[in-house]
Amino acid sequence: MTQQQAKPPLPSDDKRWKLVNATMRRNGYADHALIETLHSVQDAFGFLDETALRFVAASLDQPLSKVYGVATFYHIFMLKPKGRHACVVCTGTACYIKGAGALLEGIQERHGINPGDTTEDDRLSVLTARCVGACGLAPAVVLDGNVLGKLAPDTLIAKLEALD
Amino acid sequence: MHLEDLAEKAAEYRAEEAAVRREVRVCVAASCQSSGSLPVLEALTNACGDGGGSCRVKGVGCMGLCSAGPLVAVADKDCGLADSVLYRDVTPADAPDILGSVCGAPVERLRCPTDQPFFARQQKIVLENSGIIDPDSFKGYVAVGGYAALVQALSEMTPADVLREVTASGLRGRGGGGYPTGLKWSTVAKTPGVQKYVICNADEGDPGAFMDRAVLESDPHRVLEGMAIAAYAIGANKAYVYVRAEYPLAVERLQTAIRKAKRAGFLGSKVADTQFSFEVEIRLGAGAFVCGEETALMASIEGLRGQPRPRPPYPAESGLWGCPTLINNVESFANIAPIIRNGGDWFAGIGTEKSKGTKVFALAGKIQNTGLIEVPMGTSLRDIIEIIGGGIPDGKAFKAVQTGGPSGGCIPEQHLDIAVDYDSLKTLGTMMGSGGMIVIDETSCMVDVARYFMEFCMTESCGKCIPCRAGTQQMHGLLDKIARGQGTHADLALLEELCEVVQATSLCGLGQTAPNPVLSTLRYFRDEYEEKLAGG
Repeated sequence: MTQQQAKPPLPSDDKRWKLVNATMRRNGYADHALIETLHSVQDAFGFLDETALRFVAASLDQPLSKVYGVATFYHIFMLKPKGRHACVVCTGTACYIKGAGALLEGIQERHGINPGDTTEDDRLSVLTARCVGACGLAPAVVLDGNVLGKLAPDTLIAKLEALD
Repeated sequence: MHLEDLAEKAAEYRAEEAAVRREVRVCVAASCQSSGSLPVLEALTNACGDGGGSCRVKGVGCMGLCSAGPLVAVADKDCGLADSVLYRDVTPADAPDILGSVCGAPVERLRCPTDQPFFARQQKIVLENSGIIDPDSFKGYVAVGGYAALVQALSEMTPADVLREVTASGLRGRGGGGYPTGLKWSTVAKTPGVQKYVICNADEGDPGAFMDRAVLESDPHRVLEGMAIAAYAIGANKAYVYVRAEYPLAVERLQTAIRKAKRAGFLGSKVADTQFSFEVEIRLGAGAFVCGEETALMASIEGLRGQPRPRPPYPAESGLWGCPTLINNVESFANIAPIIRNGGDWFAGIGTEKSKGTKVFALAGKIQNTGLIEVPMGTSLRDIIEIIGGGIPDGKAFKAVQTGGPSGGCIPEQHLDIAVDYDSLKTLGTMMGSGGMIVIDETSCMVDVARYFMEFCMTESCGKCIPCRAGTQQMHGLLDKIARGQGTHADLALLEELCEVVQATSLCGLGQTAPNPVLSTLRYFRDEYEEKLAGG
């Protein structure tokens, strides 16, 4: 019989931790709730920092190494904060054939950032996705959650310029 | 619940709609939403008003021709037209014109003819409700005969009867492997175990494939119904749907469907007033391609790094948490309800000798009509690309069609007349995969294409086994060298040797098939490699 560990206190009085806690509670603090929990951390905070990883590990009674291992295995989990806007360029096959490379080059030229990077003013992050499933509209990007299809580099750059 | 009770319910739901003489269907699947279909839906809804109850604007699932979105279909019951009128590239400003149009005088400037081969040549089983029913409406699904197969299975068939029909249908796994579904179900059913699981693999990771996404976004109840029938047949009461996090809309629709089916008594305890209980939970993927592999997928559901393990034991014997587990793909489950309703023999009458039924393909790349199609197995590639797909745009020449994603290969012009099924594609050095077809025209270099896929496999390799982890890295390095014009004949020979080693010694499907794009491009486009070698 293993003694149920006392749950750690919330890292701060930030209300978003309650959302994270709710996910773990809904799953009975089971070890298989780890990925679901990391999703809810990322949904709430935008990325996973050390505080969050330690908190989740302690709450689910898992070694930190395992939590870190899972967080780094899956592409979707971000360990550093994103900029205010996120532009995810799809690099699936259809988008590749139709010029996703040119979109990335266009962004590189204008903003000087590569996939995974954020501009210095924290305004824009550029990421890539394996396939967002919008192949019929290739090449596509997901800008702040909205899918934009059939893009030419200059149209995309103009859209990025128009962001606040 | 008896079938008659359900039929009565369906008739009741249809009667509620009887006053609606005109139905305006707006595609609200992901692709059309990206093209701006939600503002169109809003404009049409506002312009329609309450329409005196005779006009109804509703959001529906995918109508197939994604490149022409937003798509809107108008079905007038009083017109005697066999089909609805389809409009393409609709904007909110078009709403008054569309609503003002009357029978026989559609808005010609927006019209998308439905007698063109893209629509006429399709045969819809999986997608039969897609683009017609509101995916968020439980009543809408029941009204078109939904859940009748589940009620029939529960009330009139034994689990063995269900297994017999599925086996007789000849259905093979639509996720790409093509393993006979009936055989898989029977194995899990035979394995003793108090706890068994059903898993729906909706981790559609192949870049260029979006069939499962469209099915989940257009007709989610259909997938749930298939899963429930499977659970009844194998003796499971718990299921997971493992969906990619990249498909938020599919997740949302599925959640709604689960909630509504539960409330109506078609999920949960005592399904349809029988002793059968069935719970479904959604698990979100987190962007790892390898999780499409069944053992990696199960590891991910268990909250671990998504790394595969050797098989046997197969999931049928020891799967999720060591329990017997049935894993099928979304499209496989979507085929189950019609098989039960119409009988396995009906399904076996469609398709080719060894591949039965229809297949949904996602057409993308350099092709006129990008979108989703469903055709009988055995349709030729030429028909799919040139006739249904409308050929290559901008007067360019066809070079190859890529099927099977990073595990597949490229098929050149001279093999386009082959009838598509699991086995014919295999003889060409590629595979069915989940159904993505990416058309490549003369402007693309095949060495670049091979390098693209190898880069994909290299990044997606989970790192557990050495042949895949190190081999994909080395192969990518060689391909890159050749693509930059610095490769030698020795490099090419080494690349071929590595392909064989990685294929033969990798742990899971990802590594075993990673060399396929290289091997198939070498088989059909060797000259392009040789042209690039340093010193000719």
